[in-house]
Amino acid sequence: MTATCTLTDCGAGEPVELTMADYQGAVARWCPGCGDHSVLSAVQRLLEAHQLAPERTVFVSGIGCSSRFPHYLRTYGFHGIHGRALPVATGIRLARPDLNVFAVMGDGDCCSIGAAHWVHAIRYNVDMVALMLDNNIYGLTKKQTSPTTPLGFATNTQPRGSYLPPLDPLSVTLGVTNASFVAQTADWAPQHLYRTLDAAFRHRGFAFVRVLQRCPVWTSSVFQDLVRDPSRVEILVHDDGIRDESTESVHTHHVEHDPGDIDAARRLAEEGGTRLGLFFRDPERPRYDATRRLPPYTPADRIAVLEREFDRHAV
Amino acid sequence: MTTSPSAFAPAGAPRDAGTGPERRVIRAREHCVEVVSDSGEGAQKCGQSFGAVSAKMGNGVWTVEIIPAEIQPPARTPAGASGVRIRLGSGPVTNWGDHAELVVAFNEQVLLARHRQNALADDAVVLLESSWRDHEDETVRTAWQNALEELGTRHYRIVLVPMQEQCATVVDDARRGRNMFVLGLLAGIYDRDAERCREQIAQTFRKKSREVYERNALLFDLGRTWALEQLDFRVEVPTTPHDEPMVVMNGNTALALGAMAAGMDLCAMYPITPATSVSHYLGDVFEDAGGIVHQAEDEIAAAGVAIGASYAGKVAFTVTSGPGLALKTEFLGLAVMTETPLVVVDVQRGGPSTGLPTKIEQSDLLAVLFGQPGDAPKVVLAPSTIEECFHVMVTARRIAESFRCVVFVLSDANLATGVQPYPRPVPDERWLATPPDLGPVPEGLRPYDWDPRTGLSRRFVPGQPGGMHTLTGLVHDENSKVSYAPGANERGCAMRSRKIAVLQSTLEPPVPHGADAGDLLVVAWGSTRGAVEEAVDRARDAGLAVSSLHLTFLSPLEPGLREIFARFGRVMTVEVNYSDEPDDPFVTDENRRRGQLCMLLRAQTLVDVDCWTRVPGQPLRPAEILTAIRARLAKGGRP
Ligand SMILES: Cc1ncc(C[n+]2csc(CCOP(=O)(O)OP(=O)(O)O)c2C)c(N)n1
Ligand code: SF4
Ligand SMILES: [Mg+2]
Repeated sequence: MTATCTLTDCGAGEPVELTMADYQGAVARWCPGCGDHSVLSAVQRLLEAHQLAPERTVFVSGIGCSSRFPHYLRTYGFHGIHGRALPVATGIRLARPDLNVFAVMGDGDCCSIGAAHWVHAIRYNVDMVALMLDNNIYGLTKKQTSPTTPLGFATNTQPRGSYLPPLDPLSVTLGVTNASFVAQTADWAPQHLYRTLDAAFRHRGFAFVRVLQRCPVWTSSVFQDLVRDPSRVEILVHDDGIRDESTESVHTHHVEHDPGDIDAARRLAEEGGTRLGLFFRDPERPRYDATRRLPPYTPADRIAVLEREFDRHAV
Repeated sequence: MTTSPSAFAPAGAPRDAGTGPERRVIRAREHCVEVVSDSGEGAQKCGQSFGAVSAKMGNGVWTVEIIPAEIQPPARTPAGASGVRIRLGSGPVTNWGDHAELVVAFNEQVLLARHRQNALADDAVVLLESSWRDHEDETVRTAWQNALEELGTRHYRIVLVPMQEQCATVVDDARRGRNMFVLGLLAGIYDRDAERCREQIAQTFRKKSREVYERNALLFDLGRTWALEQLDFRVEVPTTPHDEPMVVMNGNTALALGAMAAGMDLCAMYPITPATSVSHYLGDVFEDAGGIVHQAEDEIAAAGVAIGASYAGKVAFTVTSGPGLALKTEFLGLAVMTETPLVVVDVQRGGPSTGLPTKIEQSDLLAVLFGQPGDAPKVVLAPSTIEECFHVMVTARRIAESFRCVVFVLSDANLATGVQPYPRPVPDERWLATPPDLGPVPEGLRPYDWDPRTGLSRRFVPGQPGGMHTLTGLVHDENSKVSYAPGANERGCAMRSRKIAVLQSTLEPPVPHGADAGDLLVVAWGSTRGAVEEAVDRARDAGLAVSSLHLTFLSPLEPGLREIFARFGRVMTVEVNYSDEPDDPFVTDENRRRGQLCMLLRAQTLVDVDCWTRVPGQPLRPAEILTAIRARLAKGGRP
């Protein structure tokens, strides 16, 4: 995805360098300490670093705290309905290869109500960055169990603790035929988060990024140990992976993992524990939007085909 | 019941056409024929080919498919009856008529099915495959006998035809070739141009080898010769050569071609009968013309993809039927709220739930109008002929874009598979959508710069510099900012609603069929038009002061209805959806559940509109509508 700024390449006058502030939309209204703020900053950094044309960049979201994301950016945005960011983003991508398309979802959005679209979006492998902001809870609707809520965690709908082990979004994603980019990062590792977004943006295909996202209001405990004790987090390292010195120096526990090896990626995801980094990347996987994009046509072409078809049905 | 001795003529009889028995000529301005077989034996192919040839020769034609409920129903069972009814006329034919006057049946069980559905005229001629009579299996022979006994309660003239025996003289698997043999029979009976028939066969088998064509052409010749030599009658329905170029197709093909002519780029869908064939046809040809069919993971996603593509500046539509419509509900509300242009085609079938997947019903009108929670005004159009299925797509696309709204096209299973010739459209570049303007948004223009009088506003498309904003399904102001101010929702609702009124102000009052005033006005919509107008014509011929009014716009309703209604003693809708009968147990005038258009008209016009509705899973017949008209007139009073 490479639609950069028209202002810098239009040739008229001095090229204008866009700054992070140029991508700033409304003032973010998430709770103080919410991990979504950190994701927003990393995204703004990404937009700035790539000097993406705001008018050619679209953020699509569902419904949830996390889905307010597009309002806080000065790009085009589509704040749609709960669970359905991916079909809308797919439609935009099929229609417009020239746009930069991002989808932002919550864990309920993506893994519960929108799960069918998630599975199929992975398989379509349409070129976009898909961010899943996973706070292990339904935030906006005030603390109901989500598919990623830890076993035994008490919520308003399951006050005696959630009944089932959580669904692992990485295993699911890696298990779907044609997965092409699967990474995990965390809101409290901003540099790693940024590098991950950068890698996802550079990937051609469906780049799925799960961001472990703190919700100080409803799930303040779930990531606490990981934040306090960086050694509990493993960092995936590889020359083809996502490298960030600062993260690797704070998180001393490293695992060498080749992101070209899907079997190893699946094993790692299955094993449990918390790992940040690039699990899998294959830029060669077929992309639905590469074969199914709307072919250009002229009115004359269209009319010629109509006439041909009328001939076929002529009386 | 009589069986024709000529059916048992020895196989070695002379073969030259014209040397057969002295043939009685049945002259008719209209004739209705059915071909029925087990599913998979090709009666539909045969009937559709016959219809196409007849249309080409200048007959008016309406064909209706007889569809079994299952994909692989057991052979030789009434439930498996599959085929086509073809109604021919000297002039245009607008509906499937009342009863079949000629039936060709591949076995006695499928014939029984049509008999039990009262599909045959009492004096119908039946050409029945004879091989089952002397079948080696005794159960088959018994079934045959029982069936013929049951059929004997009517005055059909049953002519036995050794179809299989005849076909065996040319092909190995004689059961499979029978449909083209039957096409030959029909060509002989109706004096169809043999060369055109062979062309049609070539067209039907264009994807197969030359040998397949030749074998089928041979079977056709055999059937035709047999009819000419062995049958003692023929039917003459005078043809009127068309004075303008015509095309012939079914309603779903017309919808697909209409979508192309309207400049649509994307059809997002999930397979569902009877809508799917729109996408089958488009899948075949759309890409040659710059479009694609996207088969989504479900109907929800299909709606979402269409909305995404439309938001991004392409022209998208989604096509579905009842259960799929239910799934799209939330996304359609979003399209209404965000004022994203969208055309939704609903090819209605019987409901609720899985209902009658292959059968006609008109039960989605209110679901389409009121199916979204909250106030979600939208435009609803219902084509009433195959020709309108084509043109409605252009109208729908234009309205969707100029009014930034959702436009429903309500077709149904009757139009979907009905085949009728119509004047060949002359595609016009102006019908195509103009590509979106990606130029900078003029200074000061807002994403919802509603004209307070009309509710209209210009939408921004991603790519337009200066137009960045976030579209949202939440209540929003002119800047597309989420707003909880008490006035904001009021204003948004008013602006979206206003557009519907503005559209209505551009419409002309509808014109009644028949006279401008009288004792009874029948109001209808969608595919019932032909049958209703034929019933009205018959009523008028019988001296009754009856007219009909057919509505194409259901939201907004066409203007002037109240005035038109006032000129008639009574007003009654005729619809293919459920309503209580006034004298049903517990039913009172207050709790009576009425037909869907009826409810709408009562609410909008305050006229005490009555209704006569049926849900038989098949198109209405003119004769039953006529009976309902007479009954309504006899009841007198108002309503
Ligand atoms: C169809 C539908 N069902 C339910 C809701 C109510 N709802 C809004 S957000 C949400 C869950 C949000 O959780 P998540 O997706 O994890 O996002 P978060 O708020 O945690 O960021 C629910 C159930 C809705 N808006 N739409
Ligand atoms: S409730 Fe949780 S997820 Fe939602 S904004 Fe507040 S901190 Fe963030
Ligand atoms: Mg959540």
